[in-house]
Amino acid sequence: MINLEIPAKLEQVQQMAQQLAAGVFRPIARKYDAIEHCDTPEELKPVAQMMAAMPRGSGGKGGGDEIKNGSNMTGILAVEAMCWGDVGLMLSVPGSGLGNAAVMAVGTPEQKEKYGKLYCAMAITEPGAGSDSAAVSTTAELDGDEWELNGEKIYCTAGQRCDAVVVWATLDKSLGKAAIKSFIVPRDNPGLQLVRVEDKMGLRVSDTAALSFNNCRIPKDHILGSAEIGDTEEARKKAFGGVMQTFDNTRPQVAAMALGVARAALEITRETLEKEGVEADFSKQPYNSTARELELYRLEADLEAARLMTLKAAWMADNGQPNSREASMCKAKAGRMGNEVTLKCVALCGELGYSERSLLEKLARDSKIIDIFEGTQQIQQLIVARHLLGLSSKELK
Amino acid sequence: MSTPLFDLTLTEEQRITRESMRRLARDSLSPQARAADDAAMANPALLDAISGFGLALMPMPEALGGVAMPRSPLSNALAVEDLAQGDMSHTLAALQPMAAVNALMDFGDEQQQERWLPALAAETFTGAALAVNEPRATFEPAAPATMASKDGDIYTLNGVKSLVPMAAQCEWFVVVAAIDGEVAGFVVPAEAEGLSIESEPYMGLRSANMATLTLENVAVQARDRLPGFDLNRLLGLSRIGQCALAVGCCQAVMQYSIPYVKERKAFGEPIAWRQSVAFMVANMGIEIEGMRLMMLRAASRAEQGLDFHKDAYLAQLQCMEKAMEIGTNGIQLFGGAGFVRDYPLEMWYRNLRSIAVLHGSLMV
Repeated sequence: MINLEIPAKLEQVQQMAQQLAAGVFRPIARKYDAIEHCDTPEELKPVAQMMAAMPRGSGGKGGGDEIKNGSNMTGILAVEAMCWGDVGLMLSVPGSGLGNAAVMAVGTPEQKEKYGKLYCAMAITEPGAGSDSAAVSTTAELDGDEWELNGEKIYCTAGQRCDAVVVWATLDKSLGKAAIKSFIVPRDNPGLQLVRVEDKMGLRVSDTAALSFNNCRIPKDHILGSAEIGDTEEARKKAFGGVMQTFDNTRPQVAAMALGVARAALEITRETLEKEGVEADFSKQPYNSTARELELYRLEADLEAARLMTLKAAWMADNGQPNSREASMCKAKAGRMGNEVTLKCVALCGELGYSERSLLEKLARDSKIIDIFEGTQQIQQLIVARHLLGLSSKELK
Repeated sequence: MSTPLFDLTLTEEQRITRESMRRLARDSLSPQARAADDAAMANPALLDAISGFGLALMPMPEALGGVAMPRSPLSNALAVEDLAQGDMSHTLAALQPMAAVNALMDFGDEQQQERWLPALAAETFTGAALAVNEPRATFEPAAPATMASKDGDIYTLNGVKSLVPMAAQCEWFVVVAAIDGEVAGFVVPAEAEGLSIESEPYMGLRSANMATLTLENVAVQARDRLPGFDLNRLLGLSRIGQCALAVGCCQAVMQYSIPYVKERKAFGEPIAWRQSVAFMVANMGIEIEGMRLMMLRAASRAEQGLDFHKDAYLAQLQCMEKAMEIGTNGIQLFGGAGFVRDYPLEMWYRNLRSIAVLHGSLMV
């Protein structure tokens, strides 16, 4: 039966996350935006424990015909609410790393046991490999019972504060995508150096690191997934596809960040404007409304479209339906919506929006990266277009 | 408290209905839409075929010739979307009686239903329509210029109503008018003295045979004022209907464009291989997804008896802007071929502009 309301069971999670966002994140959002480079904020340590204890819906691939609202949807609601508080702080909560998602998705039971509860970052991007993640040139070479990694990684979220890094490296660059594997490298490995932590426009409290791997040796069992390279074109394609599939689950979660940021900006803007007599109460036709009212309606409509698309992608994942197309659709829509909404909110509130006295200017700085990381707007459109048009990556480059 | 799960699965019945609606859209509406548009005349066989689904009969009491099913804005919205994939004009025209019946079921009393509904209890097209719009740029449904005044048991109506589909074939209309600072709905029979109907050509929706009603001292019995009239509900449910029209037509634009851009070659390869073209298609898909989900949420809230005013309002705003973007990009993808009338793109473009203009036109 078609129903797009959030069930009461999931609303509880949403409310818990909202309380956390309002009680812990919001009050310190400005403080850490100004500090920028620091260790994990003390205030977040109890949060990490709380989050580990949060109820999770029964999720994953469903057997039978029963519809599920599971861990993917729960994740969306929790992330959205926390990012309403502060995206940078949410990303700085120990244990929330993208590397954790990878370990939990494809790790062995031993790897999950050892690293699942630690704070795992993900290092994919290199100075010469951004959106084309198949172009990574960091190498991994098996030498006896150890892998030896060499290369440079940049824009690694939590690369400074994490306990371990999941690193993408190639076993043989001449074999292309199929030879790309990921490896778990403990942060204190002597072959892993922190080169620098970036100064950024937004998301300042979240550390973004450049890392260097120099003859970095890790045990043989620290590879995620199989070390084999498919011997047929088909098998190779499938192997890389498997790696990329992790993104089908994480993209809606990143879309949810944009939802939280946009809702925060819209709420502040509505409040600010109401104090000055702007009442956007849906009582007049759009074009009979004032410019400010109409703009608020438009932004809210865009937010709602992105929100429902994100929920749908997560719902599909919870019910074992392939959602690659919908995951990219929601990331594309939410990414641009979050940026548009926060920027318009600054403009709608004039000086009050541009000043550091409110959070609007910060939200507008924070929102930009959400349309870039975890696949840029353009990459999402490319994926959606290939799905809709039935074209391969060779045809539609 | 347990509440229903988030779910996008159609019921078995909705799924079966969807299949037959889409078949009619694909096999009949779509191939015959152009000829009807050129002739600016609805095709009676198509109107009957759509009427054959009995959407107007569903909520009608059995004693009046109906099926006595609970009102279902969601099922109606799904039907509108599916049919509009074939042709928006015929969908809007053929489902006017459904909208009129819905208004009488939601706002009328039993005597009114008994008086007016049996005339529509047929599986062929029998007309009745809502008359909400007025010919003013700043028209606001809550402040109509059409006025009613009461003297004893008689209301006298004066004003002009526009964008009324199939008006020349209607048995009766629900006319929205202002009275003493309120907005009220009146059932006005087509043959009422002082009511004149004049067909009006528009940019699109040409086969919906739109007309303007002029009311000059039209006398309406007091018993024909709808006692439960709720303008917000009428507008909200119509916004959902308009969204469904938009979603269906936009889906047609995208589906028609995909094979074309894959076949059409420029610079030695299909234009679909170029990102500037492919991304336009991607954005059609992305925006249709958002439009559809907003429409479904508003419809499902209405179905569950939850407040849906804001949801329908935002869905309609999103649809009127995104649908036109998709309509214009459909032509753009075809280039000159989109502009000539051999292809349906220019018709869809003209039809889609109406989503911003129709108010209270298709109450689901």
